[in-house]
Amino acid sequence: MMTARGTSTDTPLIPPMVNLGPEVDVLRAEVRDFLAEELAAERFEPHCDAWLSGWDAGFSRRLGERGWLGMTIPREYGGHGRSSLERYAVTEELLAAGAPVAAHWVADRQTAPSLLRYGSDALKRRYLPAIARGECFFAIGLSEPDAGSDLAAVRTRAVHRDGGWELNGTKVWTSGAHQAHAFFVLARSSPIDVADRHAGLSQFLVGLSSPGVTVRPIRMTSGEHHFNEVLLDSVFVPDDAVIGAIGAGWQQVTSELAFERSGPERFLSTFPLLVAVVDHLSAKDIPCDSTRELGELIARLWTLRQMSLAVAGALAGGEAPDVAAALVKDLGTRLECDVIDTARLLVHTEPDLSSGERLPRLLAEAVAHAPGFTLRGGTNEILRGVVARALGMR
Amino acid sequence: MTGTMDANELELLRRSCSDLFNRYQDEQDGRAGWDDRLWQAIEQSGFALVSVPVEHGGEGGTLREAATVLTVAGEHCVMAPIGETAVLGAWLLGQAGLEIPAGPLTAVSAPPELQVNPVGGGWSVLGRLPRVPWGRYVARVAVLAGDHVLSLAPEAVSVEPGANLAGEPRDTLLVDCIVDRAEQARVQPGTDELLRRRQVLVRIALMAGAAQRALSSTLRYVSEREQFGRPLSGFQAVQQQVAELAGETAAMRISVDAAIDLCGRHGLEHDRAGDVLAAAKVQAGRGAGRVARIAHQLHGAIGLTDEHSLGLATTRLWAWRDEAGSEAEWACELGARVLDRGAEGLWCFITG
Repeated sequence: MMTARGTSTDTPLIPPMVNLGPEVDVLRAEVRDFLAEELAAERFEPHCDAWLSGWDAGFSRRLGERGWLGMTIPREYGGHGRSSLERYAVTEELLAAGAPVAAHWVADRQTAPSLLRYGSDALKRRYLPAIARGECFFAIGLSEPDAGSDLAAVRTRAVHRDGGWELNGTKVWTSGAHQAHAFFVLARSSPIDVADRHAGLSQFLVGLSSPGVTVRPIRMTSGEHHFNEVLLDSVFVPDDAVIGAIGAGWQQVTSELAFERSGPERFLSTFPLLVAVVDHLSAKDIPCDSTRELGELIARLWTLRQMSLAVAGALAGGEAPDVAAALVKDLGTRLECDVIDTARLLVHTEPDLSSGERLPRLLAEAVAHAPGFTLRGGTNEILRGVVARALGMR
Repeated sequence: MTGTMDANELELLRRSCSDLFNRYQDEQDGRAGWDDRLWQAIEQSGFALVSVPVEHGGEGGTLREAATVLTVAGEHCVMAPIGETAVLGAWLLGQAGLEIPAGPLTAVSAPPELQVNPVGGGWSVLGRLPRVPWGRYVARVAVLAGDHVLSLAPEAVSVEPGANLAGEPRDTLLVDCIVDRAEQARVQPGTDELLRRRQVLVRIALMAGAAQRALSSTLRYVSEREQFGRPLSGFQAVQQQVAELAGETAAMRISVDAAIDLCGRHGLEHDRAGDVLAAAKVQAGRGAGRVARIAHQLHGAIGLTDEHSLGLATTRLWAWRDEAGSEAEWACELGARVLDRGAEGLWCFITG
């Protein structure tokens, strides 16, 4: 509808480029106006990596009131029936502004699409309208102490009991679990089959205030608390909280990866820092080397956005561009880190998380969070393995 | 090639180019000198004047079609001045309303030290034109001197042969002649900037193709070459490098596609075309070095030699990244454009 496809490519690596149409421009302008109002009223302060750290339930509710959460959820489930490219535009505007989007981030990006695709009608009716209002927040229950990149090694057990399932195990790196309402837990529902390690996994919707759930903070080197360890001690989950089919957990989880890996959050986590750098430099007489380094970052950002949009266009068309999504994440997250290296050498300031000034604070946030960029959502090494496999390397 | 092509038609165009270049690949292989049969075939197919308006005697079609032809030419490492003829030479002569002759063409901006003075109804021209692409082979050199275009005949110049790293002619032309009234004309102000943008467009489209060639050559080599009893492709260290090569190639390709799409929609004269061509040249220049480095590392020593065809692609990448302005030059321009608009304008610059 609003996509005009560009030049066809002869490479299978990346889908055709996408032009967002004029309807999206109108929407984008509305989001910019909203953000300008919020900033003017000092209702938020821009942060780097705000999709991890910027938890603000009030901001999420205000987005919900404007119809900018659950945008692609059908109206019958309380959503807005808009296209995924419209959602893309809203999302990238929020990220570029460093707005506090962490509270609704997981629910809006992946819980809602997973529920739509695999959830029972009862689950959809219960959760989707609340997600779209910005009142129900989710976390992700995939990683475990012994299951990081090797996700199939999860040991959380699900055993069937009368009318439901009993879960026992430990999840880690569960961002926002101390503030979210619920999470999807990937658990082993039948013993591991060494011939097919991906079989026998299932997904369950677990309330984070359920009896038997304990959430413990895991603090970052900066002292910030975003990650958690979540202990599941005989947690009962009713049958109707099973997501999709028992035993199909692996397929369900991996089918959503292209959404998780290719979005604008994979190249914009340090964008607020770049804005502050440009602000700092614009007021000065700039040596050409600085201008050149800035220009190179801008060229790469512009390219990454085109690449990410191309993946979004393919996703909107019902394709599963896993390889292109992996490339976006690999290139995009490395760019996020390069922004930091360039920024710190251009501005001559020391990173300081507690600074009252914007530039040292944003620099500190970026430096402290950067190691996570190339880990979360699949390490870059794993992603390059995905690309190599698709190219026939293994 | 009139009208605007959709994605399927562009794909057909791509295939017919590829077929044509494949027919000449063995004989011509991108290292030999001028191949007149290849050029005849390119002219007969219409590729030599793609995007040149029909009313100027061209084949019609858009810049996107021209870029498609050039990307395929880059992938095949074709030794022929398609971009110089269609996108630069014929265009510049057409802008001036001058005759577009048959045969290969090229276009350059006159260096400031070239002496151009009115004589009678024409101009006397004295000086040197350095590194003129394909200078010794062309039917005409279109020279943009100030607000005039001069159409120089081969007889009017003498050639000091030169070449870029890929062996493509980059000749110094010594000029001492009178260009008569019929072979010069005034052009619109701003033509110099348009010529510069077109030179970038030609190079980035070619580079995207050459990068693709380096990637496909690498994929083939690492699956065939065995060490320690298995193909190179079985080693994780090799796989990681291949994935990085693929990423750089894909990034070059999408930036070129996006830039050319925008130029097609808004026109090359639009200020935004300057933004995105600068960005795409930076991305292509940066990617060219990375692609060539990884491809050579994975090919081992054979890639350095003329016994393997990898060098056809990598020498072009090394040459073209420094033609029409290196990534340093364009990154400076891009950075300056961004700083002009300030922090408020940065995000609009990315999304605009």
